[in-house]
Amino acid sequence: MYPGAFEYHRADSVAQALSLLGRFGEQAKLLAGGQSLLPMMKLRLAEPRHLIDIGGIAGLDAINEQGGRIRIGALARHDAVASSDLLRRRLPLLAECAAEIGDLQVRNMGTLGGSLVHADPGADYPAAVLALEGEIVVEGPGGRRTLKAEQFFLDLMTTALKPAEMLVEVNFAPLSARTGGAYVKHRQPASGFALVGVAAVVGLNQGGAVERCRVGVTGLAAAPFRALAVEQALTGKTPDARSLADAASHAADGKDALSDIHASADFRAELARVHTQRALEKAVERAR
Amino acid sequence: MAVVPKFVGERIKRREDPRLITGQATYVDDLKLVGMLSMVVVRSPHAHARLKAVRLDKARRAPGVVAVLSAEEIEGQIGTLPCGAPATHVPVHPVLAKGKVRFVGEPVAVVVADSVYRAQDAAELVEVDYEPLPAVIDMEKALSPGAPLVHEEFGTNLCHKVETPTAPFEEAALKADKVIEFRLVNQRLIPTPMEPRAAAAKWDAGMGQLTLWSSTQIPHMLRSLLCGMLQLGESKMRVIAPEVGGGFGCKLNVYPEEALVGYLARKLNRPVKWAGRRREDMAATTHGRDHVTYVKIAAKRDGTVLGVHGHFICGMGAYLHLLTPLVPGLSTLMMTGCYKIGAASFTEEMVFTNKMATDAYRGAGRPEATYMIERVMDMVASEFGLDPAEVRRKNFIPKDAFPYTTATGLVYDSGNYEPALDKALALADYRKLRAEQAAARKQGRYIGIGVSTYVEICGIGPSAILPMGRGWESGTVRVEPDCKITVLTGSSPHGQGEETSFAQLAADAFGINIDDVTVIHGDTAIVQYGIGTFGSRTLALGGAALMMSVEKVQAKMRKIASTMMEVPPEQLVFHQGTIALASDHSKAIPMAQVVEAAYGYKQPIAGVEPGLTETSFYEPVNCTYPFGTHIAVVEVDVATGQVKFLRYVAVDDCGRVINPLLVEGQVQGGIAQSIGQALYEEAVYDEQSGQLLSGTLMDYALPKADVLPHFELAGTVTPSPHNPLGVKGIGEAGTIGATPCVVNAVVDALAPFGIRHLDMPLKPEKIWRAVKAAQAKA
Repeated sequence: MYPGAFEYHRADSVAQALSLLGRFGEQAKLLAGGQSLLPMMKLRLAEPRHLIDIGGIAGLDAINEQGGRIRIGALARHDAVASSDLLRRRLPLLAECAAEIGDLQVRNMGTLGGSLVHADPGADYPAAVLALEGEIVVEGPGGRRTLKAEQFFLDLMTTALKPAEMLVEVNFAPLSARTGGAYVKHRQPASGFALVGVAAVVGLNQGGAVERCRVGVTGLAAAPFRALAVEQALTGKTPDARSLADAASHAADGKDALSDIHASADFRAELARVHTQRALEKAVERAR
Repeated sequence: MAVVPKFVGERIKRREDPRLITGQATYVDDLKLVGMLSMVVVRSPHAHARLKAVRLDKARRAPGVVAVLSAEEIEGQIGTLPCGAPATHVPVHPVLAKGKVRFVGEPVAVVVADSVYRAQDAAELVEVDYEPLPAVIDMEKALSPGAPLVHEEFGTNLCHKVETPTAPFEEAALKADKVIEFRLVNQRLIPTPMEPRAAAAKWDAGMGQLTLWSSTQIPHMLRSLLCGMLQLGESKMRVIAPEVGGGFGCKLNVYPEEALVGYLARKLNRPVKWAGRRREDMAATTHGRDHVTYVKIAAKRDGTVLGVHGHFICGMGAYLHLLTPLVPGLSTLMMTGCYKIGAASFTEEMVFTNKMATDAYRGAGRPEATYMIERVMDMVASEFGLDPAEVRRKNFIPKDAFPYTTATGLVYDSGNYEPALDKALALADYRKLRAEQAAARKQGRYIGIGVSTYVEICGIGPSAILPMGRGWESGTVRVEPDCKITVLTGSSPHGQGEETSFAQLAADAFGINIDDVTVIHGDTAIVQYGIGTFGSRTLALGGAALMMSVEKVQAKMRKIASTMMEVPPEQLVFHQGTIALASDHSKAIPMAQVVEAAYGYKQPIAGVEPGLTETSFYEPVNCTYPFGTHIAVVEVDVATGQVKFLRYVAVDDCGRVINPLLVEGQVQGGIAQSIGQALYEEAVYDEQSGQLLSGTLMDYALPKADVLPHFELAGTVTPSPHNPLGVKGIGEAGTIGATPCVVNAVVDALAPFGIRHLDMPLKPEKIWRAVKAAQAKA
């Protein structure tokens, strides 16, 4: 519980944070809500020599709707996402997902950006960000670039973020009419992380058939992913018990499921199928 | 004058809580003494390895480091850790590993520095050459020929074996309609109190005296044991248990760190503190349970159980801590539960493995026994198609059979099991539940109803059954010159609430307000020798000792009042802060006047010494045997294996109740820990490497509020006939009664799949696999 020695820097702006990051390179870590980094430092699993606290950067926690996109600053706390009126109205899936993260203390401190860049395989957010086709805005010495969620998560705790970059914003298109979303998870009972978590977005056409289907899965594999086989199987179909079950049966297709003391690969794959079906059912119900 | 209310039997809020919840309590780690140093322990990362070399030079040169020690440096200066119970093979248990390490987390060296950060930095510079050896993790494999030996000198991993004659069981089996056999596992648990272990020490060179603070349940016993290890006289050591954040049995012990801080404080002549981190606490504080049991039951078609035989294989871990080999004996003693079972026999094998030692954990032996016999009752019911509640009723020890001698030789003091069962069945509306269960099954919902009826041992004593012959308890009552009362108890409550319940008892006895009573415990320099808080003994024994002293002080006060009032002392009573004539309370003198006469001894009273302090030592004649019925209703989601509670009803009988709020708190906490064992908790060691895989709270699943049911609690009252207060104890009942209840409920839910037994913890995957296997067979 006693981290190694480090130097603390407080950044007041993104520019300052990036400059510090440039100066200290791999010896530095950005500190936002500290819900993953600090425990790792206390166990000395991470020993950064420089800690750059971005928690005080003004405005980086904003949640608003601009230019037809819903924009969430990297520093938005989980609880702010869970309780935001705007998000509950326009992007309820994300609020629902945020409310499922950890416990109240974690939700009061942890940030959206922190969770995404840490990329714990059991993190909840990635499933929702994938299903909602979020865009992840990162800033580096060369300026800003925008990544699709699918391009962002690469492997176990590995993202497309470059060492000198920081995540500044995640933005989404609001859900259109006749579209519903849902997040369903199986909690790892000790940590509260998702053994498997599934976020589904389903849009129906006038005839009631599935026009759009997006499914994000976390916990199952080293990196969160879009369950494309599920999406394809359901698109164009009329959602009923059978079509949903058929589609959900593809949830773990082609994935190497993780295995640990909490769940074997087989069981994780089964949970992915069951929870995909349940998430799809809920999403359809909400779309109607 | 305001009327002083009665306190005993009332729901008095815990007087300890305001300081605890406003951060004003002092735990060991809160101690800050001038010049205090921090100690950090370097622990073995191997489950089994030869120690080739421990190199301390680099650590010694690190900034802020004052001392670095391994076994070599303390050779002959600190004794070995004691085991207080007999066993065939008792290994030498050094405070720092010598020659070999035998479990992950075993202390190898210590670093003392001027800050805990620098001590931790330097600890990483201690270089240890290990030669890894194959580890033995599974208890049953440890007994097989050719298994790696934890202690070569014994030539076996069998620590101790006890066998009783099987003839009575074999006879019962001949009369039985069926002998049912099954194997069950009582998995290893990590007690995990909120406050990890911690110890600090300060040497007073002028006085030649050591003060040692420890998060312990047994300050006096700890003093005796540490004095032996550190070669100090008992009057030269003061042990203080300040605020202790829970123990659950794992702090009923003596640990290497306590001896080391004591030794170092004296050697360095500076205060030294060690506060265990969660990870090391989980790896190197005693664990609980760890039994595998092969059960045979001889039963008749009508549900009558004629005999039970158990083959208990019990994990000791790598070393024997204070009570490690004693705990399994409590399981065999209690193996017939609350039932009239004529034949009981057992084989008990205690086994060394490369894991942390086991020892007492809330319930200590009784949960294992209760789990076995309560699973047995359900097995019998399911075998013969009988109702599990009625099978229990049929086998109950009848109420007129008490005191009842069990087939294992215990004498249950009192009991009346049917009313508790009936009350629980009525509260749960059992018949309706069964109807709802049947209806739900038709809809493809799997609801299970679990029943357990338990009896357990509380008020652990008398002295003959405890290590070192210390099974009594002490209590002092001091009426202070200002007429307020100080109670000093030899017990050492650490969450149980005796600062409240003992004050209730004293306040009522004197007819004064509870605010005028202060309860002090946990300091060997202030409190007379006592035994400690464990085995649900504090109220039954400590309370009894307290009341003995109350009577002695009151006798003296009556004598004084008698001369002042000129009436015989036996006609006087304590009433509303006065000493009054029993027949006419208006003829009274204020207690304060009597107190003044005792301290301001201007007029000597014949046969009465000055002062008003009395101390008593209570030696019980027997343990007490509380009991009860628990009923759990669960729903299992068979697609995911998730278990959800629908109801939880508990009817507990702990004898006379002093404070219902404290009783409910104990029951709720106990059930929560039971649910932990039944559904979530398990100390998982890797079979090959012996690494503790569930060694953090991110991996070891304690049940949290969101997974617990609403507790529907009730009680019956069957006083203990031999306890002066009529009380029995409630500290562990929840942990004993609830575990089988929850498992019975889950197994009952899965009955349509033909599932008869699953081993704890009933994790979703286990349930899912069992259902899948059953579906594949069908």
